[in-house]
Amino acid sequence: MNTNLEFNDDKFNYIADVEIEYKALPGLTKEIIEEISDVKNEPRWMKELRLKSLKIFQTWHDPKFGVDISEVDLNKIIPYIKPKARKTTTWEEVPEEIKNAFDKLGIPEAERKYFAGVGAQFDSEIVYQNIKNELEKLGVIFLDMETAVQKYPDLVKEYFMKLVPPHDHKFAALHGAIWSGGTFLYVPKGVKVPLPLQAYFLMSNPGMSQLEHTIIVADEGSEVTFIEGCSAPRYNVINLHTGMVEIYVKRNAKVKYMTIQNWSKNTYNLNTKRSIVEENGVMSWVSGSLGSMKTMLYPMTILKGKGAKTESLGITYAGPGQHMDTGSKVVHLAPYTSSTIDARSISVGGGWAFYRGLLKIGKEAKKSKSHVQCSALMLDNKSKSDTVPIIEVLNSDSDIGHEARIGRIKDDQIFYLMSRGLNEAEAKSLIVKGFIEPIVKSLPFEYAVELNRLIEMEIESSIG
Amino acid sequence: MENILSIRNLHAALAEDGTEILKGVNLEIGENELHAIMGPNGSGKSTLANIIMGNPKYKVIKGDILFKGQDIKDFTPDERVKMGIFMTFQNPFEIEGVNFNTFLITAYRKLHGDNESFMELNEILKERLEKLAVSNDFLNRFLNVGFSGGEKKKAEILQAYFLKPKLLILDEIDSGLDVDALRIVANQIKEIREDGTSVLIITHYKRILNYLDVDKVHVYVDGRIAMSGGIELANEVEEKGYSVIKG
Repeated sequence: MNTNLEFNDDKFNYIADVEIEYKALPGLTKEIIEEISDVKNEPRWMKELRLKSLKIFQTWHDPKFGVDISEVDLNKIIPYIKPKARKTTTWEEVPEEIKNAFDKLGIPEAERKYFAGVGAQFDSEIVYQNIKNELEKLGVIFLDMETAVQKYPDLVKEYFMKLVPPHDHKFAALHGAIWSGGTFLYVPKGVKVPLPLQAYFLMSNPGMSQLEHTIIVADEGSEVTFIEGCSAPRYNVINLHTGMVEIYVKRNAKVKYMTIQNWSKNTYNLNTKRSIVEENGVMSWVSGSLGSMKTMLYPMTILKGKGAKTESLGITYAGPGQHMDTGSKVVHLAPYTSSTIDARSISVGGGWAFYRGLLKIGKEAKKSKSHVQCSALMLDNKSKSDTVPIIEVLNSDSDIGHEARIGRIKDDQIFYLMSRGLNEAEAKSLIVKGFIEPIVKSLPFEYAVELNRLIEMEIESSIG
Repeated sequence: MENILSIRNLHAALAEDGTEILKGVNLEIGENELHAIMGPNGSGKSTLANIIMGNPKYKVIKGDILFKGQDIKDFTPDERVKMGIFMTFQNPFEIEGVNFNTFLITAYRKLHGDNESFMELNEILKERLEKLAVSNDFLNRFLNVGFSGGEKKKAEILQAYFLKPKLLILDEIDSGLDVDALRIVANQIKEIREDGTSVLIITHYKRILNYLDVDKVHVYVDGRIAMSGGIELANEVEEKGYSVIKG
């Protein structure tokens, strides 16, 4: 079978060929996986990886911690992943609450349809064309994952699911079998990418980003900032997001990965993110988890080389009906490595925020430093918050600090702010914005503004 | 002419368990008057201030609170401050991550609209720094975070000045202040009064009243005003203690 994706250089647009018919197949089978791989005209190794992943998925147990995932409807994924029968949403089907949110956020008309999964062309093409030329000059490879598999099969093979293998957990296996979309970014030695790269530059297909695979390779001495997703609410065709991010930070390289997740409130967000950092490399994560019904997400960093560093800043928001199980994992394997974790959660209107973190200092990681801080703020008596920071230290000359704070907004605080002219929702928003201020200030300005606006909206609606 | 504040036979209790704290308070404050309420610890005089401001921790059982003739019992605190009632807190809260300057301007706009530019408002605030004898970074710190006791009181009086209320309730603004800080705060109160603002000072001690022109002193014991008079009443309390009135 031919490749059904044509690359149109002028418009930077992907045109999917929809001429071929597919038989309906019940259940997630070997045949479907082979079909997906054939349609994409993938190299043999990728097809084998998908099939191996499927086998693991079929035998692996569900995670024994975290959120209740019994309602994840895997059957709905089948029509979604079949190229021919892929369901497209119409604007009329998009729920009112999401349309209203677009209004309040002032999202331009053209982008609304894109975020709602309705399709429509994104306005960033012209902007992106200039960036693309600049990146080419620098030797940066920045492609959607399917194209990267075609154009750079050997390079992709070297990294694809090497950091998170299919047997890592059940949803890693599912991802390995049915992944589609995502980004491949390679930054050559010594290249400092002058502007943050954003995943949506590359997305052309609505709904494609729910099973996306992202790989970032920052070669020695290079630097790059990558922004995944965006804070606008997204309407999802299926109720599962199981993406994967693998980041390779080579010697002296620096990667900053920022994401604000705002999946629609029917979504199970079971995402896996991991990075490995070589000597003197630096990995920074900035994560905002706002949307979804239930989330399990623990960005992990393996400090493999001497002097490697990581910093992780995270905001988790659990509103009515949400259960957010998030946290950071850091493994120190080499001497003089250091890590800083600052995780803050907000729960409101009966939401449940659970911090689950792991810090492991290996035997070889002498003279390592780590500081873990997790803070939780509950806005009312209905909401819940838990903290489980696991710390394992296997040598005696490392410097470890840990702080945990769980607090509830006091009625007297609200009264104080209301007596200065704020209404109840504004008072609560102000306290929340103050609470996350240290993290928000590290975001690019427009993201910070949007995040603050989102939080105001969420708190207003949760107070009712 | 209608009084700024008329409190008539006010009974109020803790919302949580119904414990009665105000037991029939009567108080009339006229335009631009300064009244002081003095009373021993635990007499419920701070509760009176909180009830005038609308703290939901307390509920009114009977009686009236009229602000310029209008019954405000059912109004929320933000509605009351918008009408012109402002209260300084005995123990103001620390709000992490909220810049004091930004907070002041946000509050100003809530109460008085957008007519003045950010620059104009900033000028007013900056000019206060010297009068309050605080450091230049005072406005750039987070709201009350890490402020000393004296700085917190100065921050409260700055809000009172800046937000231009018609009735200012000062709940133990003088406690914990040294002599210099006390004088500074008293001078701010004088300036606020120049615009016609009425003031209700709640205090244990007479010393702040020495700096001010006091129209009336009320002695508050066990949930009600037991005695009212001029500044001489404050002198008597200072000399003989609250036991004089209790008996």
